[in-house]
Amino acid sequence: MTDLSKITIASARDAMRAGELTSVELTQNYLDAIDAADTLNAFSTKTPEKALAQAAAADVRIQAGDAPDMCGIPLGIKDLFCTEDIQTQAGSHILDGFKPKYESTITTQLWDAGSVMLGKLNMDEFAMGSSNETSYYGPVTSPWRRGNEETRLTPGGSSGGSASAVSADLCLGATGTDTGGSIRQPAAFTGIVGVKPTYGRCSRWGVVAFASSLDQAGPMVKTVRDSAIMLEAMSGHDPKDSTSADLAVPNFEAALTGDIRGKKIGIPKEYRVDGMPEEIEALWHEGAEKLKAAGAEIVDISLPHTKYALPAYYVIAPAEASSNLSRYDGVKYGHRAKINAGEGIDEMYSRTRAEGFGPEVQRRVMIGAYVLSAGFYDAYYIRAQKVRTLIKQDFENVFADGIDQILTPATPSAAFGLGEMKDADPIKMYLNDVFTVTVNLAGLPGVSVPAGLDHQGLPLGLQLIGQPWGEADMLNTAYALEQASGFDAKPAKWW
Amino acid sequence: MSIDKETARKVAHLARIEVAEEALEPLAGALSNILDFMEQLNEVDIDGVEPMTSVTPMDLKKREDVVSDGGYPERILANAPDTREGFFAVPKVVE
Repeated sequence: MTDLSKITIASARDAMRAGELTSVELTQNYLDAIDAADTLNAFSTKTPEKALAQAAAADVRIQAGDAPDMCGIPLGIKDLFCTEDIQTQAGSHILDGFKPKYESTITTQLWDAGSVMLGKLNMDEFAMGSSNETSYYGPVTSPWRRGNEETRLTPGGSSGGSASAVSADLCLGATGTDTGGSIRQPAAFTGIVGVKPTYGRCSRWGVVAFASSLDQAGPMVKTVRDSAIMLEAMSGHDPKDSTSADLAVPNFEAALTGDIRGKKIGIPKEYRVDGMPEEIEALWHEGAEKLKAAGAEIVDISLPHTKYALPAYYVIAPAEASSNLSRYDGVKYGHRAKINAGEGIDEMYSRTRAEGFGPEVQRRVMIGAYVLSAGFYDAYYIRAQKVRTLIKQDFENVFADGIDQILTPATPSAAFGLGEMKDADPIKMYLNDVFTVTVNLAGLPGVSVPAGLDHQGLPLGLQLIGQPWGEADMLNTAYALEQASGFDAKPAKWW
Repeated sequence: MSIDKETARKVAHLARIEVAEEALEPLAGALSNILDFMEQLNEVDIDGVEPMTSVTPMDLKKREDVVSDGGYPERILANAPDTREGFFAVPKVVE
């Protein structure tokens, strides 16, 4: 039996190539671990037969030599990715029983590279949420606990199943998606590494759309090295996504030298928000000191429009969502409401959507319909898109001044308990994304790196923001930060 | 910006989401709260600023205008709640 708490994508790759481990053996260990962790509710669908068949094929390839880095690596796939003939519901009731007849580009690339699919991972409905509590499958529980308390904590969201599964050692890596922070916030909450690539680095084809100008997929894994390996396999131009960039994919792992001497790291003053716990402020300061000790230059910078990122996001994302989600009408797939005698197609549409969408999705679709409606389009939507231009310019200005990366906290707090935000204003939940959402609006890459534990023993993360297409350099700085932080805490197994 | 009950009804209709009569008031309140949060955007000077239309500046790729995919209606219909003779079936639209 492999010690799943110690193994990484890099070490599994090396062990399999050296003939010390087979993918079938590793996959079976994970399938057993998944079955023993049902209480976490991280997996929405398990695919053990597919996993073992892929693992057997991977072993043949590895033995033949010349197998790609991701060959034989067992992964979990967020339920937002279409997987052929395998349940894909985006955590929603409205896609009940949907089994796509096609495979997303990213998962196609991963299977072509020999990776193994363990199953689909739970998530907030249509990726709208920060705690995984909007999922039709029910909330995901984090493997982490506050000291000896038994309170169930959120793994964050929307990629909560991915975060919980990776941190509980139920898979070596997971795909996530990030529209406003949905990879980086859950990664920070669970002590793992999550990368949101530059907009256009990874194909969106076959990924259920939320807000198309903000959505990007990325890896959620245990180490920065693993993120480099998995990101490379997920990246690349795709003719089926007109916004995917026709750029060569660098060897991200080769960029991990740990040498960051002379790099300029910006510390934006606007990220000191009211009510932020002192320990997050301290962790941020320590992170900067560590990068400085490694030879980087720390520079105070200003991103003056930061404050307006969340309100702009909550105009733009719901507007795009209301358009994208208009396809759920009870005709082509999923749930269809029953109608009464005398009712017609209009009632069928509106009742299907009332029954099929949860409250948070309904709220956002309606806000989106409102800000796009005649008379309000200029006042809300166009204004928000202009503010978005200013937010992007903030970043362009500091990068033009020679800043290589920007260091910020990943989240304004550690993980909270499931249900603790139930009666809170939706806006309060939106504030989870205060440090991450600017990156989506500007289309930049960002990575969340575990950096320490808070006084309750819960993980906290720091975020590095890179230049457009600068993932390799950004991950190298993240690698230096990871080395200096020496974070190796794991949740005590209670499930 | 405050949304009244009638506006909430209109928004629900635009979004094609059925909302019960008694749920319209609370919905109006919830939507108003979110719109209040967005009011902050009015503090920003946007004179002469272009709205963002593309996150990453790039020329949209073009391809030959030819049929490159398709010809499998059974796969398109496979997940539909109701189909008849190779078509999606819906409640009667025209009397």
